[in-house]
Amino acid sequence: MTAGVAAQAEAAAVERVFREAHGQAVATLVRIFGDITLAEDAVQEAFVVASERWRSAGIPPNPAGWIVRTARNRAIDELRRSARGRALYDQLGVVAASHSPGMKEWEEDGPVRDDQLRLIFTCCHPALRTEHHVALTLRLLGGLSVEEVARSFLVSESTMAKRLVRAKYKIKAAKIPYRVPEEADLPERLRSVLSVVYLIYNTGLDDPERASLRSEALRLARALVELLPNQPEAAGLLALLLLSESRMPARTAEGALVLLRDQDRSKWDRTMIEEGHAIVRACIRRGQPGPFQLQAAIQAVHCHADSFEATDWPQIVALYDHLLSVMPTPVVALNRAIALAEIEGPGAALTTLDAIAPDLDNYHLLHAARGTMLRRLGQPDAARAAFERAAQLAATEADRRFLAQQLRELAEG
Amino acid sequence: MSQYLLSTYAVEGEVPGAPSTPEEMQAFMQRVVAVEDEMEASGTFVFGGALHDPEAATVVRMGGGDLVMTDGPFVEAKEHIAGFYIINADDLDAALAWARKVVDAINHPIEVRPFRATGRVQA
Repeated sequence: MTAGVAAQAEAAAVERVFREAHGQAVATLVRIFGDITLAEDAVQEAFVVASERWRSAGIPPNPAGWIVRTARNRAIDELRRSARGRALYDQLGVVAASHSPGMKEWEEDGPVRDDQLRLIFTCCHPALRTEHHVALTLRLLGGLSVEEVARSFLVSESTMAKRLVRAKYKIKAAKIPYRVPEEADLPERLRSVLSVVYLIYNTGLDDPERASLRSEALRLARALVELLPNQPEAAGLLALLLLSESRMPARTAEGALVLLRDQDRSKWDRTMIEEGHAIVRACIRRGQPGPFQLQAAIQAVHCHADSFEATDWPQIVALYDHLLSVMPTPVVALNRAIALAEIEGPGAALTTLDAIAPDLDNYHLLHAARGTMLRRLGQPDAARAAFERAAQLAATEADRRFLAQQLRELAEG
Repeated sequence: MSQYLLSTYAVEGEVPGAPSTPEEMQAFMQRVVAVEDEMEASGTFVFGGALHDPEAATVVRMGGGDLVMTDGPFVEAKEHIAGFYIINADDLDAALAWARKVVDAINHPIEVRPFRATGRVQA
């Protein structure tokens, strides 16, 4: 290995450590100092010191611990500096921080893990808007830079910076608590956290620029399962993400989306499928189904089939019926209708699709599904109109390419 | 301990969902008094109540060294504050739990807004 390659590998390793340590370090410092911005700035400074020192001395055995200790000292320095001007109030804060039991607890596993959990519940508090949940979670727990978060959501860096400042202002001004919700509120509050992680995953679909959001979402989902082993919906989300991710290698070809029907199943990632299946089986044994577990179960049935034709469609429709009863949204009804076509034919599916069409008129997948059913029913003109409408509404390049392909095939008869 | 303003708005003088019959009014008042008693007993209640219509308001300002008064509210809007509570609460979750009780009692949305640490209010 040449020196240049070695340095690059070292830099990538440091980058990985930073990303993984960011959530832990910020969460621990928020507990000690009670201020997100102070915590964030101190962790950032610790990263700068680390990237200097680790280049010559190598990565220490417990890099996250090193970052937390360095960041904590930086934060205390920062408080001392401002304390000079502010007399007793801040000095008391410094004394309290120096004697905080926080650093002792740091070495233990429990409180540190709880810190991250507390932080994610703060970031996803229902009093903050969803776009702020996502931005805060990616920035503070995911360790993405403001610029990276901005790029993920197709907004300018200054817009994202303002969004983050505003969200942090509200957390501080309104005193949004830094704690895990009480047992009674936990399932509802967890739902909002899980939705944020799922949204992060879906934002990373079909866009090579944003693919890293998917691994970030998987990492967050895995952390949530570890932190909340008694919440089956967290496990359900992890299984859902694993099973979706397992099919990624076959999901696109030459930049165009490939339908499940046409995917090369030998490209699916068997290790992820096995892990996903094991989680779904454990969820079924537990017997407390919820929306994420049911969606995971549906994906598990798909991943279990050797071919599209061999898929257990009655089982999939039954699972969609169950899902529809706990999550009666038009999108679930749309997916159920698509599965129904494989049992009762495209005519039955089209009738259902037409019934939900008014609710999903601006959703490209409704029109794409209608186009597919119309084509199978031998109505090329109506199919073309539906695919054209879908193409107008499609958000990603992969979708647009897929729809252009459908239109070409229709034109060729 | 923080303090929060819980306020409710009337739209064009009407509070949607407000009681219309005397029986409904009585039940409404009972629910409101019950929440206020609970606030009082737990040390949550600071001050609050319902306001007269904005037509009863007067705006006072300085103009050329003189005190100038204008009949009517400061903002000409369809929505006006119809009533409010100021409460003590440890954090937003505690304030939101009280807001929920008030919403259940009055059947109308509540805005929850934190006080800043100024003057007699401490953060």
